Amino acid sequence: MATRDTDWDGVRLHVVTGKGGTGKTTVAGALALALAADGKKVLLIEVEGRQGIAQLFDVPPLPYAERRIAVGLGTQSHQGGDVFALVADPESALIEYLEMFYSLRHAGTALAKLGVMDFATTIAPGLRDVLLTGKAAEAVRRKDDKRGRVYDAVVMDAPPTGRITRFLNVTTEVSDLARVGPIRGHADTVLKVIRSPETVVHFVTVLEEMPVQETLDGIAELRELGGIRPGGIIVNMTRPLALPPSQLQAAAHGELDQAQLALGLKAAGLDDSATLATALAAELSEQARTALGHELQQQRLDTAGQPCYQLPWLSGDIGLGGLYQLASALRDQKAA
Amino acid sequence: MAERRPPELDVDRLIADRRTRIIVCCGSGGVGKTTTAAAIGLRAAERGRHVVVLTVDPARRLAQSMGLTSLDNTPRLVPGVGGDATTAQEGNGAESAGSLHAMMLDMKRTFDEIVEAHADPDRATQILANPFYQSLSSSFAGTQEYMAMEKLGQLRRADEWDLIVVDTPPSRSALDFLDAPQRLSRFLDGRLLRLLTAPAKVGGRAYLRVLNAGFGVVTGVLTKILGTAMLKDVQTFVSALDTMFGGFRERADYTYQLLRAPGTSFLVVAAPEEDALREASYFVDRLDQEGMPLAGLVLNRVQRVPAVHLSAARSRAAAEVLQAAAPEDAPRLLAAAALRLHADRMEEVAAQRRTAKQFTAAHPLIPVAEIPAQAEDVHDLDGLRQIGMAFGDR
Repeated sequence: MATRDTDWDGVRLHVVTGKGGTGKTTVAGALALALAADGKKVLLIEVEGRQGIAQLFDVPPLPYAERRIAVGLGTQSHQGGDVFALVADPESALIEYLEMFYSLRHAGTALAKLGVMDFATTIAPGLRDVLLTGKAAEAVRRKDDKRGRVYDAVVMDAPPTGRITRFLNVTTEVSDLARVGPIRGHADTVLKVIRSPETVVHFVTVLEEMPVQETLDGIAELRELGGIRPGGIIVNMTRPLALPPSQLQAAAHGELDQAQLALGLKAAGLDDSATLATALAAELSEQARTALGHELQQQRLDTAGQPCYQLPWLSGDIGLGGLYQLASALRDQKAA
Repeated sequence: MAERRPPELDVDRLIADRRTRIIVCCGSGGVGKTTTAAAIGLRAAERGRHVVVLTVDPARRLAQSMGLTSLDNTPRLVPGVGGDATTAQEGNGAESAGSLHAMMLDMKRTFDEIVEAHADPDRATQILANPFYQSLSSSFAGTQEYMAMEKLGQLRRADEWDLIVVDTPPSRSALDFLDAPQRLSRFLDGRLLRLLTAPAKVGGRAYLRVLNAGFGVVTGVLTKILGTAMLKDVQTFVSALDTMFGGFRERADYTYQLLRAPGTSFLVVAAPEEDALREASYFVDRLDQEGMPLAGLVLNRVQRVPAVHLSAARSRAAAEVLQAAAPEDAPRLLAAAALRLHADRMEEVAAQRRTAKQFTAAHPLIPVAEIPAQAEDVHDLDGLRQIGMAFGDR
């Protein structure tokens, strides 16, 4: 298999987080496609029970089972590998866990009816997160006889930026409550995977104040905590500049030469070029102000010192084609 | 087929109506709920209402613009707001000056206060110190939603404001906040917890029948899952909390009724994007099922284009003509850039319209108000006023 340098060589668990509305699930899907280039096998895990992956890949709702949902990004030299998907819900993960360790599947199902599972997974804080990250950790470590690790990479569409540190740092919360016992042991094993160099946390953002702030806060929190590596910052929905950078300031302040613009419009054969010039100058001015705001936010992101990747804005329903386009952009920038 | 236009949502009339006492802004994350709630609150205040805006997680600069610096559960007067130029200009001078307060929710503190209100001091201390309580009050999925609704109930009971605008928590799903109070109260006064605390008393035959196994299996499995120590913490917590069960249920019911009462209006906030509108659709259906009074949909970040009469296709074609003719000429370069941008924006407008139309097709009777996309992040009162103006020029 051809090897090429990426920024995340050796990483097997890619945790993707981001504030609501930034396109976290879309980016997680695109990253999975990009990682599955060169015939690799990738698992995409959803943990928030929204069936976002099914909608993204336009497949029927996914069960708690690993299903093949797409072919990885094809490259000149290789066909794409396979992308599998799994919707991990805490209740199924708990039943599986009980079965695996205590052969308690039957009891587990009965308990579910009584609402005990609801209690154990929703109510007991932290337990839910241990089970979900546990499922990802298990997939990362899983081996078979033939090719060693079953998956070359696992991508997790994780909870939003505001909750990510707590979500990943499962033992802290669990250890407050379960000082000893099997769950504590399980949590410790999971954290070993999360804290290994094989795991990174990518942050998806758009160039607006609040998502950028949450990204910076999230990275700072991970650093402070130590042990869990922040990964790349993926700036989603970027738009090309309409004007050369040298003209942005003037446009933003409404100082574009409207006479010149009208002249150009007239040359294009458009009627009433003076009125049109006023309207179009206003559009340019708005976009320039937005662009300057974005520039400011990009500078703030740059201070984080993590690799930054840019994904273009795609209008309307991006569809599968758009997803591969984003995957390709991630690969070109060596994010995968 | 004739194009079906949704009825217009008249936010100004809603906030002018003195019978409107609570406005709940809901919607999925990242659609501008907090900003919308703040803009509505400000506009209502400047039209003579005494308003408090309850926000859950505002952007730092937005919070600063309203004079909020910390999560302290205290409504603070927002300076620079009142019956000023806006009201005077529009000739409503007869109205008295309004006021705007804003507060940020501190969920743990709200929870602590409920405990303190319902338990005697000794017991309250015991509960507050319990590790299980501490974890529950700061991280239980749903605590934030529950506490936001609890706070809303408190503000309403206090009756110091004639309009409360509340911004719901940024849940993974917009529906969580309706379910969370009931889920939490169901848990807190649930049979399961009683079973845990007093197995000798309650662990009776009913459970045996359901489970086809002894009570020992339940505690046995829970011990396996949670460990003995944690189970013990839960048991201690629950027995300490025992006296409060009724209280919790009562409060959750009160809040639920408050949400359905006349005087409450829900606004679903969405961006004209597929995901956000899909969530909005679910939300509209759900509110309907629950009998919650939905005022309408606020469509935020709607792209507006000044030069509406120049189509995307003509604009792009003209840009190409210019580019081909004279790639070095400054006026032509500028015009080509403007035309390309305009074409992009017209296409975006069209895409947004298609998406919004799908929503209207599914919910033809839901009134809609639009807020134009802002070029920059909103971080001062003027920015909020600007957004509020969208409700005026319909």
